[in-house]
Amino acid sequence: MKKLVYAFVAYCIIHLLVFVPFVQAQTAVDTSIEMADSMRSDGKIYVVVLVVLIAFTGLMIYAISTDRKLSRLEKEIKSLKSE
Amino acid sequence: MQFSFKNNWWKILGIILIYYVVIAGFLIDVPHLSILNETIRNLFFHVAIWFAMFILLIVSLVYSIKYLKSSTLKNDIIASEFATMGIVYGLLGITTGSVWAKFTWGDWWVNDPKLNATTIALLIYLAYFVLRASIEDSHQKGRISAVYNIFAFAAAVPLIFILPRLTDSLHPGNGGNPGFSAYDLDNNLRKVFYPAIVGWTLIGVWFVSLRIRIKNMRELIDEIHHN
Repeated sequence: MKKLVYAFVAYCIIHLLVFVPFVQAQTAVDTSIEMADSMRSDGKIYVVVLVVLIAFTGLMIYAISTDRKLSRLEKEIKSLKSE
Repeated sequence: MQFSFKNNWWKILGIILIYYVVIAGFLIDVPHLSILNETIRNLFFHVAIWFAMFILLIVSLVYSIKYLKSSTLKNDIIASEFATMGIVYGLLGITTGSVWAKFTWGDWWVNDPKLNATTIALLIYLAYFVLRASIEDSHQKGRISAVYNIFAFAAAVPLIFILPRLTDSLHPGNGGNPGFSAYDLDNNLRKVFYPAIVGWTLIGVWFVSLRIRIKNMRELIDEIHHN
């Protein structure tokens, strides 16, 4: 089971390393269908990406701090129990 | 108190994957399709969350079976927390799907077999929590809810994955509709979609682990009070 998890993680990392640089590879573009192309060429979509990332970072920092608080409590309770 | 990398690397991996999903998900070139337009990017969020829900429910099922085999209360706690997180994802999936439907299918809720069937599946799972809350004795609660969890999972699979495919559904891959893979000849979407599933699953498991730890502490406190 552990081996499977490691293999999976390795796969994910390789996946990221190999494919991310090519993600922008262009496909045949059908200009008749309305897409937010101008939004990207204006560069404004990056603003949205940034905003989402900041919001997500904030949430994750909060989650990590909750995680650490729990660890502290666990230690306290365990020491109480062993007394 | 340190946040040791050794035990927590998978949480970091989950965060990194979601970073990647947000960046790549917004910026990659997606297939140009009418009606869908840019909303095809919802695949990385809406659909990925459904897949993550399914993974969490499978884990819940496994621990329910483990509980029935061993009668260890810990397995019951793990099973119930995975089911809870799975249903949280399910509710997120149905809410995000409703928004997506409004702008592509034209209404917040369409009478689509897949929508109605998943709603039934979610309701079946909600009854799992009602059942758990109504039993005092923890071993009795564990046994009855484990059996019910197996039933709920067995009902959810055909409701979500099989029955909608047998009738007409607006969802891709259902009722003769092609799946997304048929549109996406470059497999560009997959490069974000698969990491998205893993990322959302890991974040979900993280929250599950927090809640399991709270419950375990509750038990320890009860033990201390008993002594």
